[in-house]
This record gives sequence, structure tokens and C-alpha cells, in this order.
Amino acid sequence: MTFEIIMIISICLLIMSILANIYRVVKGPTSPDRVQALDSIGINLIASIAVFSVLLHTHAFFDLILLIGILSFVGTVAFARFLESGVVIVRKR
Amino acid sequence: MSLLHLAILAPFIFAIIVPTLYKYIRKIHTGWFVFIVPVILFGYFSRFLPDIITGKTVLKTFAWIPTLHINFTAKIDGLGLLFALLITGIGALVVLYSIYYLSKEKEQLNTFYVYLLLFMGAMLGVVLSDNLIVLYMFWEFTSFSSFFLIGYWFDRERSRYGAQKSMLITVLGGLCLLGGIILLYIMSGTFSIGEMITNVDVIVNHDLFLFSMILFLLGAFTKSAQFPFYIWLPDAMEAPTPVSAYLHSATMVKAGIYLVARMTPIFAFDPTGTWVWLVGGIGIFTLFWGSFNAVKQTDLKAILAFSTVSQLGLIMSLLGVGAAAVHFELDENIYTVAIIAAVFHLINHATFKGSLFMVAGIVDHETGTRDIRKLGGLMSMMPVTFTIAFIGAFSMAGIPPFNGFLSKEMFFTGMVHVLQLDIFNMETFGVIFPVFAWIASVFTFVYSMILVWKTFGGKIQLEKLEKKPHEAPIGMLISPVILASLVVIIGLFPNGLLGRFIESIAHAILPTYEFEVHISHWHGWFTPELYMTIGVIGIGLLLYFTLSKWTKVYDLFPKKLTLNQMYDAFIPTLESGSSFFIKSHMTGFIRSYLAYIFVFFIGALSFTIWSTGAFRVETTNLAEIGVYEVILALLIIIGCVTIIFAKSRLTSIIALGSVGYTVSLFFVLFRAPDLALTQLVIETISVALFLLAFYHLPKNFRHKESRRFKLNNALISVGVGVVVTIIAIASYSTKLFDSISEYYVKHTYDPAGGENMVNVILVDFRGFDTLFEISVLAIAGIGIYGLIKLRLARRSEK
Repeated sequence: MTFEIIMIISICLLIMSILANIYRVVKGPTSPDRVQALDSIGINLIASIAVFSVLLHTHAFFDLILLIGILSFVGTVAFARFLESGVVIVRKR
Repeated sequence: MSLLHLAILAPFIFAIIVPTLYKYIRKIHTGWFVFIVPVILFGYFSRFLPDIITGKTVLKTFAWIPTLHINFTAKIDGLGLLFALLITGIGALVVLYSIYYLSKEKEQLNTFYVYLLLFMGAMLGVVLSDNLIVLYMFWEFTSFSSFFLIGYWFDRERSRYGAQKSMLITVLGGLCLLGGIILLYIMSGTFSIGEMITNVDVIVNHDLFLFSMILFLLGAFTKSAQFPFYIWLPDAMEAPTPVSAYLHSATMVKAGIYLVARMTPIFAFDPTGTWVWLVGGIGIFTLFWGSFNAVKQTDLKAILAFSTVSQLGLIMSLLGVGAAAVHFELDENIYTVAIIAAVFHLINHATFKGSLFMVAGIVDHETGTRDIRKLGGLMSMMPVTFTIAFIGAFSMAGIPPFNGFLSKEMFFTGMVHVLQLDIFNMETFGVIFPVFAWIASVFTFVYSMILVWKTFGGKIQLEKLEKKPHEAPIGMLISPVILASLVVIIGLFPNGLLGRFIESIAHAILPTYEFEVHISHWHGWFTPELYMTIGVIGIGLLLYFTLSKWTKVYDLFPKKLTLNQMYDAFIPTLESGSSFFIKSHMTGFIRSYLAYIFVFFIGALSFTIWSTGAFRVETTNLAEIGVYEVILALLIIIGCVTIIFAKSRLTSIIALGSVGYTVSLFFVLFRAPDLALTQLVIETISVALFLLAFYHLPKNFRHKESRRFKLNNALISVGVGVVVTIIAIASYSTKLFDSISEYYVKHTYDPAGGENMVNVILVDFRGFDTLFEISVLAIAGIGIYGLIKLRLARRSEK
């Protein structure tokens, strides 16, 4: 029982941190601020899904964790490239 | 298929080979080949005459669509045979006339004779069909071929106008006729006229009887140029004169008469008297109106056109009055005389009007004009033509010893007898019949005199004529001479064979009576008809000689109120009205069309919910609401509100992405890992695509201000949301059956061999959907590739 309470508390903390990150996404004066906040939201999501899986006693969502990790990485890299050079995919001619 | 069917279809068959004859045998006028067809058919139909006179009828059936009761049933009785003889007989004369009228070098003879043969076959089909659907088919064929023939000189604007007008009006009537036929079929269960007559009691007492009658009359009145539908006939005079002589005097315009006569055994039993009043009343008014208007015309063919209108009205009124006979039981039924008069005048009119049209054509051909103000004094130059015109016009005016006199006397007899009817208010209002009949006869006399004396009498005005007039070639005169001699022969010998033929025709119109025809020139001193005729001639002569003094009467009638003006105003109004209607709602903006779609969506669905009382709320099968769902729902709401109210597009795109990710979290929460996986990936890709689209926006649009608020948009969106929510609640509350998912749960592993139920459903239980979703993706991919790579517009610029 105490274990579940701990898990719920941690989920609440994670959600609060997501909300804080969302605030940064909305407010963030520059684009890098927003990109970083989105990246951090992704990591928080990974954590909350993991906690959630423990709560639901299932390992069906572990794929999701991996996927969010990859997506968040690819997305951040793509954004970084975009901010750096203006295009995401450079054409080779 | 019997010989009779072949006879009806023979003109159609021959029409197929006419173009070949025209193309390969140029030396001989194509008309000579065509001439054979009506002559043979006339001979063929004449053979039925002895049988018909003795009261027999011929019935031949050819099964066409038996499952729908549509059979090509050819029936020859007196009425049908009369029309068949008129069509083929006058058809032969008209073809002969046209051979000399139409030049071999200048005219497109192949099209002319193809149309003419089509018309001839169609007309034969109309009068010899016992099945109403087949009759309707031929009826429309006459409309079409008449349209082609009126527009024969299609490079003239007036021809096209006349053709279009006649097409619109007669097809309007044709469609009404079809409606009437279908109603009759509903009432009687058969398309056969003969079978309808046998169970006329059922039809007469049916609720649809009156509708059917009115629709039939609309069909007949438009075809036979009755008031107010006569307006197409004067404009149809743009056709070549043989066409006018054939279609617009002898045959097609009598199709409506035929229809009325044919349906009399059914509709005359109408207990309210509507049939008698409508047919008789409209006929008598058309008679008056046509003769009144014919006097002011200056064109020979226009006079003849109005005269045709008026004479058709005469026949129609006789048929109407004659129909009253079935309500009247007397030993000596005096009303049947009207039917005999109608039949007799039908024959007479075909003879004298055909010859008069041909005369008009000859005058036009030999002088270059048809305007009576330019004509005059042709008597000595064209003696034969003058004689024919004299006979025809005096017959039309009703002067002895020609046949028109006889039928006019009988017409007066019929009209005077109306006063003795004591049904349908005839004894009071019926007085209009003899009065109108008499006035109209006076005008008929006047325009007949104008026709003859303004053209052939007086002084010749050579300076106004284009050619030096001379007598027409002999070939052109043969047909009118034959018709004129028929006028005289019928006038002198109306009884005998013709009388017995008329008896059989009248018997076909009113099968419950036996007729005896005694037509004579002299009725004795003490009959009203005699004094009516004397009055007609006296007053007519007076009016003719004072013509210039009273023609101002016609200017009194306001120009704007004429039916032609109304028609001409109606067509553009219809066009501008419909184009205004289209423009008013077809704005070209997707926004408007979406608004229509959504408003209809809201209206239709909310009306359905309201009218069926489908809305109800059931709380028993609801699950408990957890805290995570509340939080996620709040997140989605925040996301949606941000999408709508965001100032920049970029914010909207990101908010949309956040909504998508939250949805995938919902999938996690509701235990759908596969969906969550897919949703995440797809959402990422689509957000990336949105960003791509945003990045390529023109600079000016990239940071446009937030969208403007529009009240109706807001109302529509709220309405759609509310309706969908209500439907979702209502449908969740009325769950009638258990889900079939139990089956999948049990059988995922055993027959299908998988543990992931979603995937097993996707590729095993219901793999077909997956297959076609794969093809959708393939199409989308190919489409995108094609859109990007294939730039035909830009390539053509280079």
C-alpha cells in the first residue's frame, strides 16, 4: 500500500514538473528555451509511464518508453539542426 | 411482329437508307424515293377500310416489355384508320409537293426527308397504338422530329427560336401526358386503352381520376395548340412550307385532337362535367381567339397558323360537347351530332388547310414574299393557284357547296343543342357556346376573304415583288389540286362510303352509341343554323369591306399582356432567376459550403433526435472517474483552447501536437499500448509536417493576427459539438446488445495463434481492412511523390 502511495506521489511530482516545463514552452522567450523544455517533457513522460506501468502491474508500455526516448532525441536533434543551419535535411548535390 | 407493325415502322426503316440514297444517287431528287413509302402505306391502310366500315377492328400485339405490361399493340379502328389515311395520304401529297418546292442543289434533302419520315412513322405509331406507353413514345418522337423540321433552316435565328419554343411547350405537355398515363395505370392496372374502357367504372370513381384527366388535357392542349398553349404554332411557320402543310395543319396538331377523341370513352363518363367544360370551353375560346387574331396578321402563313389554331379549337369544342352525350339518355340523342361534326370537320380541315398552305408556299415561291400588303392581283397570272385558294378559303369560311359549309352547319347544330342540356349548368352558362361559335365564324369568314382577295384580287404591285410572278410548275400544283378536288367532292357527296366511314369513327369515339350519318346541304327554312350562316355571311361581308375602319381595335389590346410577350419574358426571368439562385448560395468559398454542411448536419440530427425521442441518460453502466483522466482531460481542453485562441500559427501547431501526445497518454491510461505507440509516432511526424508547411508560408502570412471572431461560426461549432455530445451520450445510454469482443478474447490464441489481440484482429480476423489501409497509404505516398515531382504547368512555361 505504501508503495502505491509513493508511486502516486512520484507521478504527481512528475506531472507538476511537466506543467512547469509546459509553462516554459508557452512562455519561453527564445526557441532554444522551448526546445529544451520539450525535451525535458519527453524525459518526464518516460519516467511517468514507467511509474505508471509499475502501478498497473504491466510491461506492455515498455516499448513506449523506448519510443519516446528515440522520438525526443530525434526531435531535439532535428530542431537543433534547424536552428543551426535553417534546414533539417541537407540535400547532397 | 406482324405486317401492321412493319407498316408502322416502315418510315423509320426507310429513314435509315435515305442518306445513302441521297449520297449516291444525286441525279434523282431524293423525294421520289421517299414518295414510294407513304403511297404504299396509303394503299395498305386503304385495304382495311371495308372491314372497318362493317364494324370490325384489327388488333395485333407484339410483346415488347411484357413484364411491365408494355406491349407494342397495334389497333386499327375507325379513328385510328382515319388518322392513318390522313397521315399517309397527305404525307404522299406533301412529299410530292416538296419535290418541287425544295431545290435539289441548294437544300440538304437527306436531313429533310429523314426528319419527315421519322415524323410520319411516329405519327402512325401515335394513332395506331393501343398501349399508352408506346403511344407516349411515339408522341415524343413527333415532338422531336417536329423540332428538327421547324429548325430545318438552322442558320436562321427565327427558325431556331420557333423550334425551341415548340419543343419546350410540346415537351412540357408530353411530360404531363406521361404523368396522366401513369395515373391511369395506377387506377386501372393496365396500359391498354381497350382494357381501360372495359373497366371505366373503376377509373371514374377513383380519387386520381381528375388529376389524370387534367394531365391528359395538358398534353392534348399543348400539342393541338389550344389556348393558352397555341403560341408555338405561329412561330413554327418558320419551317419549310411542306412541313407547315403536313405537320401544322393536317397531322401533328391533330394528335391532341386524336388523344381527346381516343380518351373520350374513358373521361367522358366523368360525373362532375369537368371534361365537357374543359374540352368544350377551352376549345370554343381557342376558336374565337384564333379567328379574332388571324384577321390582323399580314403574313399568309401566320393567317393560316391562327386559322389552324381556331379550327382546332372548333373540333375540340365539338368533342367536348359531344362527350356530354354519355350523360344523356334519350331515344334520339341529339348531342351525338357534335361527335359526327367533329370527325367530319377533322377530315375537311385536313383537306382545305393542306391545300391552302401549299398555295401559300406557291405564292411565296413565285413572288418572293408572303406579305399580303405587298401581294395582290395575282388572279390573272396564277389562275390555277387562285382557284385552289378560292375553294380552300371558301370551304374554310363555310360557304356552300364546299365541305366546310357542311361541317360548319353541323357545328352550329351541335352548339345550339348545348342549350338543351340540363346538366353541368349547361342550360345557363352554355349560352356562350353558340354565341362564341357564331362570332368566331364571322371572323373566320373575314380572314378567309382577306386570304383570297388581298392575295389574288385588287391591283398588282410589281415594284414590291422580288420576282415577276407566273404560274407555278405543274408538279407543285398536283398536290393542292388533288386536295381541292377532295374539298369539292366531299362537299358534293358527303354521304355514302364517307358517311359510313364517319359512322365507324364516331362509334370508335363513343362506343356506346350507334350512329347514323345524314349530311345534307339543306335543313329546311326553320332551323337556326340557316339564319346563323346567313348572318355570318352578311356581317362578315360588312366587316370585310369596313376592315380599315375597325382594325384599330387590335391596338387597344396592351402589348405587354399578349401571351407571346409573357412567354418571352418568362424564359429570361426563369434564366436570371435560376442564375441568381445559384449565385446566391454557390459562393465559391469552402467556408460557405462547410457552413451549409454543418448546419444541415445539426438540423437533420437534432430533428431526428427530437422527433424520435432518442435522447436519454443512463448512469448504471458508467465507470468510475479517476484522477488521471481528469488531469489528462484538462490538458486536452487547455490544448484545444490554445489552438483556437492562439495568436500565431506556430503556437497552434505546438498546441495541436500537445493534444496529440495527451491522446497517446490517454491510450496508455486506457491500456492500449499499440495505439499509444502508433499515435506517438504519427503525431510526431504530422507535427513535423505542419512545421514544414508553416516554414514555407509566404512571409506576409506567417505571423498573421489571430482569426477574427464570427458569431455564426461560433454558433455552428458549438451546435455541432453539442449535437455530437448528445448523440454520444444517447447511444452509450442505449446499449442494446453485448459486445462481440468475447469471441476475440477466447479465440486469439487457440485458432489464431497470437497473444496480442489487437494485432491478431488487424492481420487475422479482419485483415481485409488492413490490406486496404495499406493501399490507402500507398496511394497517399504515390500522390505526394506525384505532386512534388510532376509539375506540368511549370514545364510548359519553360
